[in-house]
Amino acid sequence: MKRQDIQCDSQGQLRHFLTIEGHKRETLTQILDTAENFVTVGNQPVKKVPLLRGKTIVNLFFESSTRTRTTFELAAKRLSADVLNININTSSTSKGESLLDMLHNLEAMHCDMFVVRHEQSGAAHFIAQHVAPHISIINAGDGRHAHPTQAMLDVFTIRKHKPDFTALRVAIVGDLMHSRVARSQIHALNTLGVPEIRAIGPCTLIPPYLQQMGVHIYNDVREGLKDVDVVIMLRLQRERMDGALLPSELEYFQTYGLTQEKLALAKPDAIVMHPGPINRGVEIESSVADGPQSVILEQVSNGIAVRMAIMSMVLGRKPSGEEGEA
Amino acid sequence: MRIHIKGGRLIDPANGIDAQHDLYIADGEVVAIDQTPDGFGADQVIDASDQIVIPGLVDLNARLREPGQEHKATIASETRAAAAGGITTLCVQPDTDPIIDTPAVSELIHHRARQAGYARVVTLGALTLQLQGEHLSEMEELMREGGCIAVSNALNPLNNTLVYRRALEYAANFDLTVFIYANDPWLSNKGCAHEGAISTRLGLPGIPESAETVAVARDLMLIEQTGVRAHFMHLSCAQSIQKITRARHDNLPVSIDVAAHQLYLTEMDLGDFNSACHVIPPLRTQRDKDGLRAGLGSGTINAISSCHQPHDADAKLAPFCETDPGISALETLLPLTLRLAEEKVLSLSEAIARITSEPARILGIDGGRLGVGDRADVCIFDPQERWTVDYNTLASCGKNTPFLGWEMQGRVSQTLLAGQSVYQVNQ
Repeated sequence: MKRQDIQCDSQGQLRHFLTIEGHKRETLTQILDTAENFVTVGNQPVKKVPLLRGKTIVNLFFESSTRTRTTFELAAKRLSADVLNININTSSTSKGESLLDMLHNLEAMHCDMFVVRHEQSGAAHFIAQHVAPHISIINAGDGRHAHPTQAMLDVFTIRKHKPDFTALRVAIVGDLMHSRVARSQIHALNTLGVPEIRAIGPCTLIPPYLQQMGVHIYNDVREGLKDVDVVIMLRLQRERMDGALLPSELEYFQTYGLTQEKLALAKPDAIVMHPGPINRGVEIESSVADGPQSVILEQVSNGIAVRMAIMSMVLGRKPSGEEGEA
Repeated sequence: MRIHIKGGRLIDPANGIDAQHDLYIADGEVVAIDQTPDGFGADQVIDASDQIVIPGLVDLNARLREPGQEHKATIASETRAAAAGGITTLCVQPDTDPIIDTPAVSELIHHRARQAGYARVVTLGALTLQLQGEHLSEMEELMREGGCIAVSNALNPLNNTLVYRRALEYAANFDLTVFIYANDPWLSNKGCAHEGAISTRLGLPGIPESAETVAVARDLMLIEQTGVRAHFMHLSCAQSIQKITRARHDNLPVSIDVAAHQLYLTEMDLGDFNSACHVIPPLRTQRDKDGLRAGLGSGTINAISSCHQPHDADAKLAPFCETDPGISALETLLPLTLRLAEEKVLSLSEAIARITSEPARILGIDGGRLGVGDRADVCIFDPQERWTVDYNTLASCGKNTPFLGWEMQGRVSQTLLAGQSVYQVNQ
């Protein structure tokens, strides 16, 4: 089964949003444009639009997350959907119920969308392949595979500052080995026409054959950061690390951590991004994280608008002027 | 029971036969070829016109799930599936539950197989107690009392190289072949797919080629040192084959098999996390697949095995890495091997040898040949018949095959076990 087949219906409309891979540039652009319509919702006195009124969205988080779950919850609520958060640690799966049995029970409660985060790569695809036809799945991060809504909010943020993707040089720095965000970012940036994507990190944190995804590999951070327009720092995913990948966080910071001195190698107007949560003094120094080139908090704000856009598109409705009014 | 198999094309690579011959069987043995023995009156005449008659297949590597996992399959169900696939001898690994590290478990398996009566089952004894790689098993007793024909640590690692060395030495002491799964568990690192472009894209933990090649290199050195006879099971990397080819030049007594699915599938078949393609060792690259095929062509790879691992449906219903690895493969072993001849990787006779006489030779058993005086384990198949691998018609309890929907050419019409019909198509 091709990715496009499972993510889109026969009319080419989004049915699930599992990965960036396979989507056309037009689809990604449509998501970004739709998100623009939602940016101001959060600034209004009544922070709601009625687009998904009557819909039930379930946040199924098999892996702990505060930020992502909160932004999904906020996005759904701002679209007027009813939201259910399932705490998997205390749910029936811990009593031996299979994942599919649990999903079928939720289906029977007439839910419309599952937002899924899972520690295993491919979990969102698996669930999408087995849910009832009326249910849509949004992947909120599966293993090391994909985190497509994060990637979309990242490119949304980039577009705000650097509107022409075809003129960009983007560096992604750090633990690409364990990063689902990086994989989705690479697909998104490639699809949107970014001509040069650099993956920067020590050999132990760069997955083999990554260059086949259309990136240039740099093990020397100083060389890699030269003249880039966008610097995306990644979190060291210590919870996913097996074996001897790094000698120490101190050495990592000294070698790959983003400092003012290293950032000076990028273009003067380069922006600094991080999908969060950031480890200050490990991946990035505070003066950079909080500095004028940082757009890290913008990413968080944009995350709600982008997720609103994707949810509304997946559930088959686009915002119109009338509906957009609270 | 006297049987006359009439008019078939007999292919018996062990005896260098590939021509139309009549086969005469009495009391479970081949008693004559072409010339009717004096006083022979057939109880049954099998018309094998337009069909190919070969020795019953010998499969080096199959899990029957009994004892221990009868909810997945049983010795009766899987030997019946084997008969449907033309297989008359199956070799099972010691990683049953309980493990085959006492003669009683081996005897139980033999007993159940005899009771079922569809195929012969030979057992490998555990190389180490409980397959834990710490203490040697009682190999001599396993062989003498339990009828184990060789030893293996199955998929379990032998991390302590001193214990490994001692185990090989001890097996050599009794002239037992050691069946080896070449894998460095540290390098495999709980991976579930080949470490390459596809696993990187899908974010699946990868098993690098070096997990196998490093182990092969280590194993070869220990084999050389201990003088044991060794068989490498289901190798997956082209480089492993090259290393063993060089070792063969140094007259190391090593043999190799590959799983049939490794000759047809690659990492690309994982698609969108297709759990039917979750196998260990993982599906490798096109280059590896080509290398394995070249190794077959050159004769370095001695045998093709099914690597049969039947699973219940639930075992494959989970995110990719959480599914149980393995393919249900008894019924596709013959047609996939025949396809190699179709694709000119091997001649038809060479292909048949890889699933009959060669595995029998590796196991050191009678079988895999149809000369006069040989046991009448026979597979008769129609080389022209096309059939589609279908969930509902597979005899195995395990329906977990990535070949569902594939059109196969060559279908078993009858299987004889020691001159007794154990499978007949459409019956």
